[in-house]
Amino acid sequence: MQIYLPIAEVSVDAFVLLAIGSMVGVLSGMFGVGGGFILTPLLFFIGIPPAVAVASAANQIAGASFSALLAHLRRRTVDFRMGTVLLAGGILGSALGVQVFAALRRAGQFELVISLCYVLMLGVIGGLMLAESLRAWRRGKDPNVLLAPRKRHTWVHGLPLKMRFRTSQLYVSAIPPFVAGALVGILAAIMGVGGGFIMVPVMIYLIGMPTKVVVGTSLFQFLFVTSLTTIMHAVQSKTVDTVLALLLLVGGVVGAQVGVGLAARLRAEQLRILLALLVLAVCLKLASDLVLRPEDLYSLAPS
Amino acid sequence: MSALRLLLALVLFASPVAAQETVVTGLSADSIALNATFDGSELFVFGAVRRDAPTPPDAGPLDIVITIKGPPSAVTVRRKTRVLGVWVNTQSVRVRAAPSLYAIASTRPLAELLTETERLRHGIGMDQAVRRVGSHPMLADTRPFADAVVRLRRESGLYSQADGGVSLEEQTLFQTRFDLPANLIEGIYTAEFFLVREGEVISDGSTAISVRKTGIERWLFNLAQDSPLLYGLLAVALALAAGWLAATGFRLVRR
Repeated sequence: MQIYLPIAEVSVDAFVLLAIGSMVGVLSGMFGVGGGFILTPLLFFIGIPPAVAVASAANQIAGASFSALLAHLRRRTVDFRMGTVLLAGGILGSALGVQVFAALRRAGQFELVISLCYVLMLGVIGGLMLAESLRAWRRGKDPNVLLAPRKRHTWVHGLPLKMRFRTSQLYVSAIPPFVAGALVGILAAIMGVGGGFIMVPVMIYLIGMPTKVVVGTSLFQFLFVTSLTTIMHAVQSKTVDTVLALLLLVGGVVGAQVGVGLAARLRAEQLRILLALLVLAVCLKLASDLVLRPEDLYSLAPS
Repeated sequence: MSALRLLLALVLFASPVAAQETVVTGLSADSIALNATFDGSELFVFGAVRRDAPTPPDAGPLDIVITIKGPPSAVTVRRKTRVLGVWVNTQSVRVRAAPSLYAIASTRPLAELLTETERLRHGIGMDQAVRRVGSHPMLADTRPFADAVVRLRRESGLYSQADGGVSLEEQTLFQTRFDLPANLIEGIYTAEFFLVREGEVISDGSTAISVRKTGIERWLFNLAQDSPLLYGLLAVALALAAGWLAATGFRLVRR
C-alpha cells in the first residue's frame, strides 16, 4: 500500500516502513539496543531524504523510549538525579547539534557528513561487536559476564563538582555524565540515534553505575533529548515527518515484543555475530555509495 | 490508486484570430485533490476548435499543444566532484526561477509541428523551462546546471513531455490527460493552449488551475510550514501516545 509522506514528499510502501520498523524493533528487543543506528541508514536506502530520515528517527526514538521507560518506572530502575544531569548535558548537545545540522544543510554537505559519520560509527561498532562476540563464542561464555567491574577508583573520581546519587549509590563528579549527555544530544540531533552505544558503556565503566539502573536512566534521558530534538528540528529545518515516525513506531513496538521472545530461545553469542554482520553490511553499502561514481553528479535543493 | 477526476466546465474563449479558428477549452478540474493514500493525480484537458468560417481546402492539418506550468521557485543545483576518493558537492548554482511542474502534450512531436522561431517565441519546450540561471564566478558555463534541473525533474515526473499525447478528432474535438506526481506543491498552475497550423501558432489562450492538497496530509504539511512549533509538539505528543498505548496494550495482552 503506497502512502504519501507529507514532509519527506515521497510515496513509499507502508509495509516496507512497517517491516523496517519491526526489524529494528526485533533487534532492540533481542539486544536491548535502540537500533537508531541501523534505522536511519535503512531509511536512506529506501529513498527518504537524509535530513528527514534523521529528524523523523529522533521522533520515533522519543516514542519508543517512552514505551520502554514505562516498564523501568514500574520497576523503579531509574536514577532521576543522574538522569537530570545527563539531560542537562543532552539539552546543550542537542541544541548545538540542531545548529550544526542546519548549517550543514545550508552548505549542501549534510549528506556527505552524515554518511561519513555513519560509516565510521557503524564500522567501529560492527567491528568491535564482531571481534568480541567471536571471542565469546570460542570461549562459549556469555559476553555479559564481562560487564561486571564497578567501584574501581579511576581518574574520574578525582574530578570536582561531586554529587550524591542515592539510587545509584554513588558519590561522583557531575562532569562525566554531563559531557556524556551532551555527546549523546549532539548525536541525536545530527544522526538520529538514541546514543545508547555510547551512554551505556560510559555509565557502567566510567561512572560505575549499577547495571540495573543503567538502561532505565538512559531511557529517561533519551526521552527528553529526542523529544526536544524533534521540536527543534521541526522549528529550524521543518524536516520531521510524523507519519513516517508513527509507521516506524508501530512496526517497532510489535517487533520489540517478537525480539524479546526470540532472544530467550536463541543463543546470545550467535545473535551478536548476526547483528555485527548486519551492521558491517550497512556500513559497507554506505561507504560504497560515497566512493562509487553517483548515477547523477547533479542534485537539487530548494533555496 | 484511483485518480480523482473532478469534472468542471471551465470554458475559456480565446480571442478570434485571422483564420477565424479559436479554441474553446474545458479543464477537467479547477483543483487537484491529493490525500494520504494518494500517489498522484491526473488532470484532464479537453476542448473544441470553433470555426466562424469553413477551413480553406488547401490549409494544412491542425495541431494542438497544451502545457501545464507549476508556480516557479528558486532552486540550488549542486555538482559533485571527486575529492580524496569520495564524491563531494563542490559547485553550486542558484537557479532563480524554475517552474515546479512543467508538462507538455501535443498531437505530434514538437519539432514536426512548430517552426523553431515560433517555438522559441512562445517559449514551448523543455529547453525553455529553465531560463533564468544565476551566474557563477568560477564557472563559465552554467547551462549544464539548468539542464540538470530539467533532467532530474523529468526523472521524478515533475517535468514531462508527451508527443502525441493530445488526440484530435475531426479537426475539432481534442483531449489529453496529464499524470501529475504526488509531490506537487500547492499554488496556482497555468494551463496554456496553442492551436497550430503550418508551423505557426494561430490561436492561444491560458487558464489558471488552483492546486491544493487535501486531507490530513495537506493539513500536516501546512501545519509544519506555518506553525512549526505546534507541529513539533504534536509530533512528539503523537509518538509518546503511541509509545504509551503500545506499552499498556502489551501489558494487558500478557496478563
